Amino acid sequence: MTAPARTGADAPPAPDDVLLRAEGLAVHFPQRGGPPVRAVDGVDLEVRRGETLGLVGESGCGKSTLGLALLRLVEPTAGRIELDGTDVTALGRRELRGLRRRVAMVFQDPYASLDPRQTIGRIVAEPLEVHGLAPGRAARRARVDELLAMVGLDPSFRDRRPHELSGGQRQRVGVARALAGEPELIVCDEPISSLDVSIQAQVLNLLVRLQRELGLTYLFVAHDLAAVQHVSDRVAVMYLGRIVEVGDTARVTGDPAHPYTRALLSAVPVPDPPAERVRRRIVLSGDVPSPAAPPSGCRFRTRCPDAFEPCPHVDPALADLGGGHRAACHLHGVVGTPVDEAGAALLDDPA
Amino acid sequence: MAAEPVLAVDDLRVTIATRRGPARVVNGVSWAVAPGETLAVVGESGSGKSVSVLSLLGLVPRPPATVTGRATFQGQDLVALPEEALRKVRGPGIAMVFQDPMTSLNPVLTVGRQLTEGMEVHLGLDRRAATERAAELLDLVGIPSPRERLASYPHHLSGGMRQRVMIAVALSCEPAVLIADEATTALDVTIQAQIVELIAELQRELGMAVVWITHDLGVVAGIADRVAVMYAGRIVEEGAVDDLYADPRHPYTRGLLASLPVLGDRARGGEGRHPADLAVIPGLPPDPVHLPPGCPFHPRCPVRADERCATEEPPLRPVPGARGPAPHRVATFYDLPPEDRR
Repeated sequence: MTAPARTGADAPPAPDDVLLRAEGLAVHFPQRGGPPVRAVDGVDLEVRRGETLGLVGESGCGKSTLGLALLRLVEPTAGRIELDGTDVTALGRRELRGLRRRVAMVFQDPYASLDPRQTIGRIVAEPLEVHGLAPGRAARRARVDELLAMVGLDPSFRDRRPHELSGGQRQRVGVARALAGEPELIVCDEPISSLDVSIQAQVLNLLVRLQRELGLTYLFVAHDLAAVQHVSDRVAVMYLGRIVEVGDTARVTGDPAHPYTRALLSAVPVPDPPAERVRRRIVLSGDVPSPAAPPSGCRFRTRCPDAFEPCPHVDPALADLGGGHRAACHLHGVVGTPVDEAGAALLDDPA
Repeated sequence: MAAEPVLAVDDLRVTIATRRGPARVVNGVSWAVAPGETLAVVGESGSGKSVSVLSLLGLVPRPPATVTGRATFQGQDLVALPEEALRKVRGPGIAMVFQDPMTSLNPVLTVGRQLTEGMEVHLGLDRRAATERAAELLDLVGIPSPRERLASYPHHLSGGMRQRVMIAVALSCEPAVLIADEATTALDVTIQAQIVELIAELQRELGMAVVWITHDLGVVAGIADRVAVMYAGRIVEEGAVDDLYADPRHPYTRGLLASLPVLGDRARGGEGRHPADLAVIPGLPPDPVHLPPGCPFHPRCPVRADERCATEEPPLRPVPGARGPAPHRVATFYDLPPEDRR
């Protein structure tokens, strides 16, 4: 593998060494006879070189759409994405191929994402052909075997088809395929949630080992907070199309600043009966509002146990709480954009 | 379990004919649950946890399945009961909640009708009284404006709302036993927390027995009184929830608990800044068409401390020092040293 050698692989990723940056990113899906679904609606996000950034949130929060938009597998409606300082938002078709070599994806359901008619060897070789890597049959075959070995699969898997494999083995193939283009960043979208408990740990260990060996950067998108906490250097929490909190994993999970993060953490069951009996859950009332008509001001206010006067009137900014820990909540000082009842900004310049 | 069990399963076996040969999906499972008690049946996919329960209610088609053993409910053996009689047990006697609400909700009936139908048939209520009770039930499961919701169809509702409607339908006939088969697996954790609290509350009020079938050891810790861990169609360990989590005695149970990343105790103990490896159980569960001889876990087992592991099925027997009428039991030939997980 010829991934870029990182000096000091064990040093924490430097805050100013940003591999991927999204600014004001939005993905709106038009709806017949109604307002668009604002799946991603103004996201600023930085992924540092060599880190694992966990992206958590519940179904419908826009986390998967955000992951897809970063590879331009769905087209952003607004905003900007930079990879290593280069704007990739405006890339043409040919240049996009280069982007998809540098940023790969591992999907949730390895069965749905692997072509059932193709052999494992063909599936893993495809990115090699697309990107003109390992030219020649012999070289390609050797490279496929090498990729399979990297994910812990015997070369004999080359001639099998996806239905002959277990869920865990299929997800290993998904990882091998993602590695084929020698990416710098891998977006892992719920990579373990379709796997059995005893297999999840195998795949998490594999991802961690590959990062250590190859200096990979991960965006780890998942709803399983315990798994995200285990693998991530930093965590970003998403709610209804926005990032509501981001920071070092220990800070966000140990001392959450946003009421949504607190509720989410309090709801995660822990395999410890005495602790479960005494713990206090913050049970949120109601359902997540429609992303086609998010509440004005703070989007969480309709379910927030701490909502107060400014929440419907000021759209909270992701404000720095020190040490790179940021949260979009007025409890830490009312900062943001004043809005009218429909949620439209009252000022042209929020600054 | 102090009280008389309301549902007792004894030596249940389910074999399903497949083109590759008979699949031995459930291989001698026994458990019992008392009124007001919660039993969790825990296992991974293919462990037989769902089939073992579905087969009790005649929900596994025979053939291709063959079901033997006994399941005693209110003096009747469910395994021997004809479909006609089972239909009267399902709903008023034993109600089920599934992972996907659309498998049990009728998409072309209003929420109100689905609730009132059972009550009219099984409880003998007239339409007006049933409608009244239906609105109460929707309110009970936390659905806002319940009266208006009676006229809604399932597709009008969000996933969390449908799950609550399914629970309301399950509760409408005041069942003696509620079986929840991965009932919260597809839900987000905040909604899951709502549903778990709701079922616990209703259980206290109505004195139902609850059987939770799940793979989620975290959820089980918070809701169960007793736990049965299944592997390859057998119970490999069972006991009171505190005993089993504090001192698991089967290598499979230990492996499962050790492989879970746990929120709050994140160890960056690996190389440099990277997290330490999680413990893993190597390999895969066995194919029910080709079960290994001996203990079904022995091909993956890191212990295998007895030569009989590969040749004989270890019986479920009490762990040393276990007491009471329903002691902590494990299916091994040897005793692992105690493991204090706290």
